[in-house]
Amino acid sequence: MNKEFSFAAGTVRHRGGFTLHARQVRLAWLMLVPALAVLIFVALYPLVRTVYSSFTDEQFLGGTTHWVGFANYYNIFTNNTNTAASYPDFYSATIVTLKFAVISVVLEFLIGLGVALVLSSQFKGRGAMRAAMLVPWAIPTVVSAEMWKWMFNDISGVINDFLLRIHVISSPESWLADPSTWLGSVIAVDVWKTTPFVALLLLAGLQVIPSDIYEAAAVDGATGFGKLWRITLPLLRPAIAVTLIFRTLDAIRVFDIFNVFFGNTLGKLTMATAIQTTIVANNEVGYGAALSVVMFVLIAIFVVAYTTIFRVEQQ
Amino acid sequence: MKVKNKLAIIPASLAMAAILSITPALPFSSHAASIQAASPAVTMAAPPVPNAAAIMKKYGGTSITFVGDSVGGGHLRDLTLAARFQADTGIDVNIVEHPSSSTDSYSQLVRDFQAKSSAFDAMMIDVVWPGDFAPYLLNLTPYFSASYLKQYAPNVIANDTVGGHLVAIPWFGDFGLLYYRTDLLKKYGFSAPPKTWDELTSMAQTIQAGERKSNPSFYGFVFQGSAYEGLTCDALEWLASSGTPNFIVNGKADLDNPNAIKMLNLAKSWVGTISPRGVTTYQEGDAQVAFTSGNAAFERNWPYAYSLNAAAGSKVAGKFGVAPLPAEPGSVPVATVGGWQVAISKYSKNPGAAVEWARYITSPAVEKFDAITNTNVPTIPAVAVDPQVRATNPYLDPATADALRVARPSGLFGINYQKATTDIYQVINQILNGADPTSVLPGLDTKLNALLPKM
Repeated sequence: MNKEFSFAAGTVRHRGGFTLHARQVRLAWLMLVPALAVLIFVALYPLVRTVYSSFTDEQFLGGTTHWVGFANYYNIFTNNTNTAASYPDFYSATIVTLKFAVISVVLEFLIGLGVALVLSSQFKGRGAMRAAMLVPWAIPTVVSAEMWKWMFNDISGVINDFLLRIHVISSPESWLADPSTWLGSVIAVDVWKTTPFVALLLLAGLQVIPSDIYEAAAVDGATGFGKLWRITLPLLRPAIAVTLIFRTLDAIRVFDIFNVFFGNTLGKLTMATAIQTTIVANNEVGYGAALSVVMFVLIAIFVVAYTTIFRVEQQ
Repeated sequence: MKVKNKLAIIPASLAMAAILSITPALPFSSHAASIQAASPAVTMAAPPVPNAAAIMKKYGGTSITFVGDSVGGGHLRDLTLAARFQADTGIDVNIVEHPSSSTDSYSQLVRDFQAKSSAFDAMMIDVVWPGDFAPYLLNLTPYFSASYLKQYAPNVIANDTVGGHLVAIPWFGDFGLLYYRTDLLKKYGFSAPPKTWDELTSMAQTIQAGERKSNPSFYGFVFQGSAYEGLTCDALEWLASSGTPNFIVNGKADLDNPNAIKMLNLAKSWVGTISPRGVTTYQEGDAQVAFTSGNAAFERNWPYAYSLNAAAGSKVAGKFGVAPLPAEPGSVPVATVGGWQVAISKYSKNPGAAVEWARYITSPAVEKFDAITNTNVPTIPAVAVDPQVRATNPYLDPATADALRVARPSGLFGINYQKATTDIYQVINQILNGADPTSVLPGLDTKLNALLPKM
């Protein structure tokens, strides 16, 4: 035991690692073990379990489980919907999800940026406005989706009633059934709900920008738009990156709104609702697990793309 | 930042106001969905619990959870019964409303059983689920004697008996009905409700054209067209009344036949003309609200809607009637069998108390109470002929009630019924949304045939 004090910390390797440095390292690992255990249990185990399940034909209720190798993945990539297991059309679900994600994220970002820019200035009632703005975000998605579904109802809905009374439309419009308006309706509801969240994230980023940069720019004769383009946006880039990553991942995983509005309607499934239907209504856990893994890989691709884009430009 | 952006306040505030104003606080719509909250047409006190003292001695002070109704006045009925049951026996019944969509309700119970959860003790299950859920339900045969069970309709008891075990007690029945506006039929010179689907189509067109002049939201015919179990029920009625007796005939699916194609094309033609374009998103509640608020001439729905249409807050009270659904020439009127049963979970921690609750709510006195206050069809034939029940439930008269009952093929498909019904309602929904029956029905036949158990 006396030996550890006769060596300089970390410079000599002693058998069993009794140097101060080695002890600190070991202590650090010991302290991390509980957190790592929780992480493995909550994150890694379900992931491994899902991947394992994707190679089987596991059922939700009853039945026996057999190993089927890559059969599930083969059915997914050939979009085989014509089997006895009643697989959903995942290809069309993916297209719907991506269309929804791209349009809603772009809209939320632009509107949210505008809202954040306004809210970062000083005006009377700004505090109250910031709090009130969060109301849509605070309401649970399922609750607001049910509310909007009744509002969009073609005979009893508030929206049609209002538009009919001010003579914008002459007969009730079926917002959720009409092929040209259903996606727009869902996107509108999602934008209403999450724009406040985007605005909040961007607002946090805006608060960090020092105001003397703008004063210097004003001295140099920069216009309002010039300030926005050359000062605000570049300095806001980390906040924009975070916001876009958050929103894109959430949009790709969208479930609540589509489940409430459209349930199990063909052509209006998203990846998440298709997987849920597969597992719970169709009883196919193995296939659902394979779909989940595909969705996971797709999301991972997006994350890598985003972090690459935003890291490269910062050089 | 400080100086420049003060001018942005005005458009910003307007934008904020616009965002915040799209909240449900607008009192614009007069066609409100508040009809569903209308009190039942007839009120009656919940019947006392038979044998209450003995039950209280054994189970008093315990509590159970019942997954109960959410459509129409069902939840109110459950609460009323639970209050009476608790007062009489001391058993606390916690009522949980199940999702109003039958498909979602199934998912809720599946998840519960898969987790072997004891969260729900008793639950109401659809007439097509006993086969699926039998392994997870308590065997009720020891609790109900054979002579006691004789009072129930024998075909429902048979439906609820799986592998020799009784797994559920019949609660209330259901069959499809045509609701129609008596005042509008008179106004446009029709002497009786339509007997064929073509007659319904033309009557609806005439009435709609006339009513549209004063009410732009008026439609001729509303039904359940959303992609869920309810559409399977409606579609079965269309097919069985036009020459295709069921989805599976003689052991195989043959929906790609001229009669079915003709009928489905007719149904497709309703969407956007005599039915709202949004009927492809309608479940029971949407159709019922449309008719009760006076915005439809004809409605296809279950008997529960009768009490809501007759209730105090309804705009059609006293102005509507019920009739068997139309049928094509050469076929008879049919009605899809629905109905709910009460089952006990195998994983319940308090099965004795749950059985007593089930016994109470399915007893003749409570079935009479349910029939009178909620216009639900009793599953005890003796109750169905009671004069008071007949007075409040005119559709129980033989003229209406004797339509041929058709049942969905849940027994034939067994555990695959959920997949089969999903295929059916998705394809029918596609057709209603504009797909050509000849292009989608062959695929449906293939899928259904693949799902049937191999002999």
